[in-house]
Amino acid sequence: MPTSAADFELYRQMQRIRRFEETVLEAFPRGEFYGTTHTYVGQEANAVGVLSGIADGDVVVSNHRCHGHFLAYGGSMDALAAELMGRQTGVCGGRSGSQHIQWKDFYANGILGGTLPLAVGMALSEKRAGLGRVVIAFLGDGTLGEGITYESLNMAALWGLPVAFILEDNRYAQTTPLRLNLAGEMAGRFTAFGIPLVEADTTDVLEIQAIGEKAISHVRSGAGPFATILHTYRFAPHSKGDDTRDPAEVAHYRERDPLPLQGRRLDEATRRDVEKIVETEVEEAFRRAAGAPPADPSRLTEPLSGYA
Amino acid sequence: MTTVLDELRQSLHGCMQESEQVIFLGEDVLDPYGGAFKAARGLSTAYPARVITTPVSEAGIVGIGVGMALRGLRPVVEIMFGDFLTLAADQLINHAAKLRWMSNDQVQVPLVVRTPMGGRRGYGPTHSQTLEKHFLGVPGLRVVAVCDLDDPGGLLRSAIMEDDDPVLFVEHKLLYPAAVQSLHDLGEFDGHRSGTRYPVYSIRVVGAPNPVLTLAAYGHMTDLARKALLRLAYEHEIFGELVIFTQLSPVDPAPLLESVSRTRRLLTVEEASVAAGWGAELVAIAAERFGPDLRAGRVGARQMPVPAAGPLEEAVLPGVEDILRAALNLGVATSSR
Repeated sequence: MPTSAADFELYRQMQRIRRFEETVLEAFPRGEFYGTTHTYVGQEANAVGVLSGIADGDVVVSNHRCHGHFLAYGGSMDALAAELMGRQTGVCGGRSGSQHIQWKDFYANGILGGTLPLAVGMALSEKRAGLGRVVIAFLGDGTLGEGITYESLNMAALWGLPVAFILEDNRYAQTTPLRLNLAGEMAGRFTAFGIPLVEADTTDVLEIQAIGEKAISHVRSGAGPFATILHTYRFAPHSKGDDTRDPAEVAHYRERDPLPLQGRRLDEATRRDVEKIVETEVEEAFRRAAGAPPADPSRLTEPLSGYA
Repeated sequence: MTTVLDELRQSLHGCMQESEQVIFLGEDVLDPYGGAFKAARGLSTAYPARVITTPVSEAGIVGIGVGMALRGLRPVVEIMFGDFLTLAADQLINHAAKLRWMSNDQVQVPLVVRTPMGGRRGYGPTHSQTLEKHFLGVPGLRVVAVCDLDDPGGLLRSAIMEDDDPVLFVEHKLLYPAAVQSLHDLGEFDGHRSGTRYPVYSIRVVGAPNPVLTLAAYGHMTDLARKALLRLAYEHEIFGELVIFTQLSPVDPAPLLESVSRTRRLLTVEEASVAAGWGAELVAIAAERFGPDLRAGRVGARQMPVPAAGPLEEAVLPGVEDILRAALNLGVATSSR
C-alpha cells in the first residue's frame, strides 16, 4: 500500500523533533549550548498529533519542554538551534534560550503553571475578538502541583473560554515519580471545574491527532474549555544528566516508541527517505546556527527605555 | 472639592470611553459595590461588557491581564489590597516584566495593575503595608505612585493609554478622600512640574530663600513632607525643596541630582521601613555622585509589621515629627538670607 501524504507528514514531523532533540543531547556535553535544556524525546506524538489540527492565528502556550511544541507549531529549526547556541539568528536573539521561546502566536515560559493564566487571558481576548481563534495550552503532570493551575482552570470554565488544556503526563516531575507528587485523580482536577476531557494512554500519533481534533473543535465551537490527558513517557532525562529512573523501566516504555509505531505505516523506502531528509535538515540547522554570528552584547537594550 | 478618588474614577471612565481595548478586571468591582475602595463605582453600569468581576485569584487575574495585553487589549487589573500583590509577584516579575524583552521585542504588555497601599486605617499587619519597594528595580516593570498633586487622573490615564509596558500603579488609601491640590493654587507653596509622562514635582515655600535641604517623597508621604517643609521654615528657618516622584522605578536620577547639587543634603521620606527601600536607592544614587559632600538620611516606618491598634500603628509609621527630627539631624544650618 502506498504511503499516504498524511502519514508521511506526521512521521516527518515526529522525526524532526526526535533528531533535533537527540542532536541537542549529543552536542550538549561539547559545550555548544548555553544553560540547560529539556528534551521531548518520547513525547513527539503529542505535539505533532495535537498541533496538526490548529489553524492560522491559533495560540500555542508551551512550557520548559518546548522544543517539540515549537517545531510542531511550525517554528524554524534553524532559529531554534541558533537560540540554544546563543546566536543573533536565534528565535529571540539569544535572550530567551531553550525555555522562553516566543514567535508569532507561540509563547513558552519555564515557570510551571505561570503560563496558564496567560493562556486564559489570551483565550478571553480571542473570545471577545470573535475570530474563531483558540488557545492550546500544554502543561505537564508536575504543573498539577502549582496552585495557579486551578485558578486558571476555574476562570477558563467560569467564562466558557476557548482554551484546550493538553496535559502531558510523563509520569515524573523532574526526578520525582507521580506517586510521591499527586493525590487523587488527574481527571478529577478538570471535571471538578466542569471541564470535559478525554484521557488516553497511547503513543499513536493518529489516535492523538483524533483526540486533538476533538479538543480543538470543541473549544472552537464556543462550548468552553476542554482538557486532554495524554499519558506518555520521556526517554531522555528531565534535562541533561539527571536521570535516576530504572533503566529497565525506560526500556519498557521504549517498546511503545511513537516513531516506529508511525514509521511502520510508511513503506520502507519512503520511511528511509524521510529519515534522510530530516537528517540533512537537522545537520544543516545546527551547522548554520554554529556559523551564525554570536549574540551581540552591544545590542542589549534596557527595558522601559527612557523615563518618559 | 475634587478628591483623588473622584479623579481616578473619572479617569477610568474616560479611558473606557476612549478605547474599546480597555478592559477592567478585579474582585468585587461590579456595581453597586464598585470595588472595596470604590474606584470602579459606576464602571460596570456604563460598560457592562468590559468590566469583569473575578474570583479571589490575584495571581490568576494578573496573569489573565498579561495574556489580554499580549493579544492587543489594554487591561486594567485592580488588586483589592496592595498586600495581596505578593500572590501575583510571579506574574509581575517572571511574565509581565520579562515578556517584551525576553522575546527580543516581538511582543509588548500594556498592562496596568492598580492597587491601594499603606496604613493609618487600622487594618493591621496584612492590610496596611507599603509593599511597592519589593517591586522596585525589576527590569521591565514600571512602578508609579499617585499623589494628591496636580492631575492624579491624568497620571492613571498615561499608564493605561500611553504606556505599552506593564505598570504597577500604587494608590495610598489615605489619598482617596484627599482633595486634589492644583499646582497653581498651593497656597503656601510654589510648585513646578517636569515635562515627563510621569511627572516629577518640586515644591518650595513661597518666597523662601535658596533651599539648603532636599526632601524626596512620593504618594501620601508628600502630604506629610509638605507639612514638615512648612514647619522647618517657620519654626527653624530651614528652607527645603521637596522633590516628589510619581515614577518610583526605574528611578530618574536627573531631578534628584539637580536638586541635591544645590543643597548637598538629602532626606528621603517613605511609609515603608527604610531597609532596602526606595529611599536607600535614592541616597545611593546621590552618594555615587556627591560622595563625601553629601549628607543624607532616610525616614520610614520602624522595621516591624504594621500593628492594628491606633497608638501602635502611629508609633510604627513615620510622621511629621520624624521628618523634622531627621532633617534637624542632618546638620542643616539656618538658611542664609
